[in-house]
Amino acid sequence: MKAFLILEDGTVFEGKHIGADKDVVSEIVFNTSMAGYTEVFTDPSYAGQAVCMTYPLIGNYGVCLDDMESERPWVDAIIVRELSHIPSNFRCDMSIQEFMDKYEIPGIEGIDTRALVRILREKGTMNGIITTNENLKYDDIKDKLHAYTTGDVVSIVSCKEKKVLKGVSSLEENGPLSGSAVFNADNYKADLAGDHSKRERKPAIVKELNGKGLKVALLDVGAKKNIAETLAARGCDVTIYPSNTSAEEILKDAPDGIMLSNGPGDPKENVAIIKEIKKLYDSETPIFAICLGHQLMALATGADTFKMKYGHRGGNHPVKDLSTGRVYISSQNHGYVVDTDKLDKNIAEPAFVNVNDGTNEGLAYVGKNIFTVQFHPEACPGPQDSSYLFDRFIDMMKKGKSEGGKN
Amino acid sequence: MPKNKDVKKVLVIGSGPIVIGQAAEFDYAGTQACRSLKEEGVEVVLVNSNPATIMTDKDIADEVYIEPLTVKVLEQIIEKEKPDSILPTLGGQAGLNLGMELDESGFLKSHNVKLLGTTAETIRKAEDRQEFKDTMEKIGEPCAASLVVHNVQDGVEFANKIGYPVVLRPAYTLGGSGGGIAHNQLECEEILENGLRLSRANEVLVERCIAGWKEIEYEVMRDSAGNCITVCNMENIDPVGVHTGDSIVVAPSQTLSDKEYQMLRSAALNIIDELQITGGCNVQFALHPTSFEYCVIEVNPRVSRSSALASKATGYPIAKVAAKIALGYTLDEIKNAITGKTYASFEPTLDYCVVKFPRLPFDKFITAKRTLTTQMKATGEVMSICTSFEGAMMKAIRSLEQHVDCLTSYDFSELDDDELRERLKIVDDMRIWVIAEALRRGISHEEIHDITLIDIWFIDKLHALVKMELKLLRIGEKNTAGKDGDVAEAAKIISYETLLEAKRLEYPDAVISRFTRFKEDVLKELRYKYNIQATFKIVDTCAAEFAAETPYYYSVYNGPDSEDEAALKSSTDKKKILVLGSGPIRIGQGIEFDYCSVHATWAFKRAGFETIIINNNPETVSTDFDIADKLYFEPLTPEDVENIVRLEKPDGAVVQFGGQTAIKLTQDLMKMGVKIYGTDAKDVDAAEDREIFDQILEETQIKRAQGATVYTAEEAKEVANRLGYPVLVRPSYVLGGQGMQIALSDEEIEEFMNIINRYAQDHPILVDKYLQGVETEVDAVCDGEDIVIPGIMEHIERSGIHSGDSISVYPAQSLSDKVKQTIAEYTRRLAKALHVIGLINVQFIAVGDDVYIIEANPRSSRTVPYISKVTGIPIVDLAAEVMLGKKLKDLGYTPGLQPEAGYVAIKMPVFSFEKIRGAEISLGPEMKSTGECLGISKNFNEALYKAFLGAGINLPKYKQMIITVKDSDKGEIIDIARRYEKLGYIIYATRSTADTLTENGVKARRINRISQESPTVIDLILGHKIDLVIDTPTQGRDKSRDGFLIRRTAIETGVNVITALDTARALVTSLENESTEEGLELVDIAKV
Repeated sequence: MKAFLILEDGTVFEGKHIGADKDVVSEIVFNTSMAGYTEVFTDPSYAGQAVCMTYPLIGNYGVCLDDMESERPWVDAIIVRELSHIPSNFRCDMSIQEFMDKYEIPGIEGIDTRALVRILREKGTMNGIITTNENLKYDDIKDKLHAYTTGDVVSIVSCKEKKVLKGVSSLEENGPLSGSAVFNADNYKADLAGDHSKRERKPAIVKELNGKGLKVALLDVGAKKNIAETLAARGCDVTIYPSNTSAEEILKDAPDGIMLSNGPGDPKENVAIIKEIKKLYDSETPIFAICLGHQLMALATGADTFKMKYGHRGGNHPVKDLSTGRVYISSQNHGYVVDTDKLDKNIAEPAFVNVNDGTNEGLAYVGKNIFTVQFHPEACPGPQDSSYLFDRFIDMMKKGKSEGGKN
Repeated sequence: MPKNKDVKKVLVIGSGPIVIGQAAEFDYAGTQACRSLKEEGVEVVLVNSNPATIMTDKDIADEVYIEPLTVKVLEQIIEKEKPDSILPTLGGQAGLNLGMELDESGFLKSHNVKLLGTTAETIRKAEDRQEFKDTMEKIGEPCAASLVVHNVQDGVEFANKIGYPVVLRPAYTLGGSGGGIAHNQLECEEILENGLRLSRANEVLVERCIAGWKEIEYEVMRDSAGNCITVCNMENIDPVGVHTGDSIVVAPSQTLSDKEYQMLRSAALNIIDELQITGGCNVQFALHPTSFEYCVIEVNPRVSRSSALASKATGYPIAKVAAKIALGYTLDEIKNAITGKTYASFEPTLDYCVVKFPRLPFDKFITAKRTLTTQMKATGEVMSICTSFEGAMMKAIRSLEQHVDCLTSYDFSELDDDELRERLKIVDDMRIWVIAEALRRGISHEEIHDITLIDIWFIDKLHALVKMELKLLRIGEKNTAGKDGDVAEAAKIISYETLLEAKRLEYPDAVISRFTRFKEDVLKELRYKYNIQATFKIVDTCAAEFAAETPYYYSVYNGPDSEDEAALKSSTDKKKILVLGSGPIRIGQGIEFDYCSVHATWAFKRAGFETIIINNNPETVSTDFDIADKLYFEPLTPEDVENIVRLEKPDGAVVQFGGQTAIKLTQDLMKMGVKIYGTDAKDVDAAEDREIFDQILEETQIKRAQGATVYTAEEAKEVANRLGYPVLVRPSYVLGGQGMQIALSDEEIEEFMNIINRYAQDHPILVDKYLQGVETEVDAVCDGEDIVIPGIMEHIERSGIHSGDSISVYPAQSLSDKVKQTIAEYTRRLAKALHVIGLINVQFIAVGDDVYIIEANPRSSRTVPYISKVTGIPIVDLAAEVMLGKKLKDLGYTPGLQPEAGYVAIKMPVFSFEKIRGAEISLGPEMKSTGECLGISKNFNEALYKAFLGAGINLPKYKQMIITVKDSDKGEIIDIARRYEKLGYIIYATRSTADTLTENGVKARRINRISQESPTVIDLILGHKIDLVIDTPTQGRDKSRDGFLIRRTAIETGVNVITALDTARALVTSLENESTEEGLELVDIAKV
């Protein structure tokens, strides 16, 4: 079946329909990661968006459900050059086609994705519709496209109830450290036979249980699974709170540190959450925030954010840690950014900068145990280079704890 | 960190002659790095023994030494030039080893020379097996477990511990004989026992077997501040067991999920960080196909073939960035030259798929084993870019120029299913064609995977190509009009969708035509009618996230809305010229043609043209993104070139510089309406066509050996007997002497004609009287009226040995002035008669004062870079100028043979025989060398010494040699042997050679032939005490003969082998001269 992508500017792409049979209006964005499509599609930050993968061959290794970054995919639709006929990987649970069917994700295949990216790059992110209706004209849909916004998506993607992820009590629980996995033929056979409990888990990268005994409150404004898992793998007990939780409720549990997660949409939409975050700021609890969390903290403390022309989405952007001068390759997924021109230097100072375009990638809060980053140290997908930031957070919590003890 | 201001003068070490495993990629890396250093105001001293390279041009470095790459020579260069630093990581393993030796001896320290980039300690850590293993262990990166054992019990114990299968490798056995893979204890015991017995050292290495695992590579960069990035990762389609240089490789990896991808990426960064590499580095992993288990195979702390591939695959200039890092810059300070916006610390991301295919030399070495192992055999490679894997694969296949253009090109339909399954087990260069046949038979993906261990994803992709092939064949069955079918007919049975899909999969029109039986032209017309056109996309390092400055294009067939980025590029008012490259490096068409293509491009650029290069070789300078104004990374077939021509509408094209690859396209370009700059196609043809050429020779009164054209063996014998033996038999329209033989008898004529006629011949076969004389060669530039001949080269080996395999001397030493004048005059007459505008290469035989022509090729030749450098006459630049209508006189040259330079320059061929098991090494009319080096000096003997030294022939060691020659050489060998004896050599000889020598007063120790009792000549060679074997082969290609075994054994034992008396004489001359590595006169080519 034919499918069409009609953009807000009137551009029409004709391709082949894939996945669920439904029309969808969405914000069209692109991601430049060459691997990790499962993680992208299930990242709640993409709620309200249709993602175009710039790598042309998608679905090669199928979908491994372990790799999902949340309970379900959040993308509105998938735009690809070519979907693999067959999946091939030892952990594959289903093909990308089966995955799209299962979660009713529509999509379009076979368009000139590079041309689409060039349009988005030149004109900026815009809305579009993916449809199988050959008779649909741009004029019929124009207003609807212009009117579309991602809206208040945070409440949709956030968990609905508080939940707890216990920290591991020994490193063994994390499974074999990267580099020490050894193929076990019996387990592999069992996995093939349907006993997935024997399947090899992703290789651990944590070498020390430095977070043991620490309690982290994670405010879920659209969190990727790996944020909590990264902390738990270091031994932290993580309590995950729905986005509408009040600051008081979180602080009442007396966490050693608070983690603000990534999430979707325009940060300014989250007026109520921002208010609560201001209260968290005022508490003396150490805070580490990622992506949307970083933007919300900035807004809560009087800074401003703006929408970027086409955002950063991929796994190859260099960010510079201004405290050390070191450059790390980062996993990125954001359309908004903190405006450093309007930053009150008495409140926060830039801590990370994007080497390519000089935009802000992180803030250190003056006189506070708070640091926030725009990129994704939890990776998944993308490079694990900046996972040391979780250790930095743990050190901060420990410091806070010992200082708090003194008081 | 800003640039290190103390670095003012750097010595860069090149990689020496092209050999298998060390090819043009180092010219590319070295050239790029030298330009990058000069850009920073650093003075560059370059040393490389290879004269065919671009890096040894005076435009590239400030001081250029084409001298043998030995420690002692480098020491003298350092003493003379006094560089403050040395950069050893650009010249492959050869350059790296030299840098290390200089460091370890303390020479660098005592001369205040710093090793730039990666430190010596790091290099040791990466190169020393044990140190590397220990380092990896320390940081928790696994290597395949291994242990050296001296008895069966220890071996079995270790094998049981690490688990089966294990690889057993006996130490010091020829070609690894006695080793094998053990799948259980019983097999392990058996192989160990046998291996221990065979090993002279009674030593066997027991190693965890990782054959069949996925082979994954990462190219990594690190700066002195510790910032690391990965430029690219690559997946070998052939699992571990085949050298990555011989594997089909795809970038980026296709079958790895992000978890595996990042696991290995992090491991690569860990490793490079622990090793403290500053610069580029290649890390190879074996990844278990059904788990997260992996092993580090090896690390190369330098630029490599893989880094060249990664650079071309991504657009990221690794060598350039490595050079800047060596100067102290950090990655975030270095601009990405492709985008001009991002920095070198940005990791490239691809929005296309890249396939690399090896170019294997089995068409040259027909007796060689075609199996692929951990020993690399490929002489070169091609790369292709497309948005689909199938498309990239199809483009790569047809770029090979090995008579393959799709998956039916090798036919296995004769095999029955069982035979086919057996055939699938053989790992050789034809494996994917065997898989295609298996897929046609309906053998399942799983079964093919179980046999080949190639990932199912790749097998499925091959299946997609096979399905299209079957679809096209079905259309062919419906085609009732056959070859006469017109477009209307074709449109009836070939739907738009099918044709678009076939083109998306990169089926060329020629193949579609074969399957559907419509003419190619009809299919092309149908494509245009359907508006199915190739569009061009940019390689920009960033998947279009940022606007790219650099026009580096590849083609793709998409739907009608596909955007053409090359068409969007605003045109200049400059005239456009198309320069056709020379494709993959192969024996007979090497790096020299890339030298010519690049220089031509620069010359046309200077003349105000917009230059466009088409080429598909990732190892070369010509495919660097900033050589031409536009680079099209595409196959060099008429259809692919036409797509570019339709878009670019060039004002002309040059085909003279790209070897046979480019010349072959001349007719097609003319049909497309493209003007050919330089010599007309019909004149190029005239030189090839025996009859027309004979006519020209008659008109110009130039002599040639008598001969005739024939079609059958009977005719050949008749001609041969009329002329008198020996005669030269060869097919017409071939280059590199392919299929040429000297026949001594009717029987040999029969044999050779059979070999030639194995393939149907479109053209007649030539039988010529074989003349014995001095072979000479000239390259000349002609403007249509006048001619400039930079010099005459003389070959040391007499005619019968391919000019590319001969030692070549400039200026000619043994020719009389009369002969030289005759050669110059003949060349002038011929160039004029052929209306040459540009280059011509002519080969002659001088017999006494008589000069006979062998052949003329109105195009660039293998000797152009060499002769340009030693005479200081920029031949390619002149050729480009005259093509544009300039006259040689106006360019400041006096027509005719130029005065001889004050230097003797000797070009020495270099071979890679030890790499190709079963290859016949004796020299003959068919070219076999892979590269060359130069010896240059004011004095002939010293030049000769340098040439041998550069080629790795450094004698004496033991002063023992073996001589065994054919009967007809026995007279001539006496004097040569006497001269070796006088130098103190102990001579061993087989029976009749020994008799001849003894009878003539040369002391020779008789040694048993192979069939006689031990010790035989083979035992003597295996004893590692022999410097040299002189073995002149008896005629015929029968490889079971003793001589063949002696030569192979010697080559595989690392003994020098000479198969021509002239070479043996030249070597003894050089030895008599008592030149030593110390006190050589060093020649700065830049000042010549």
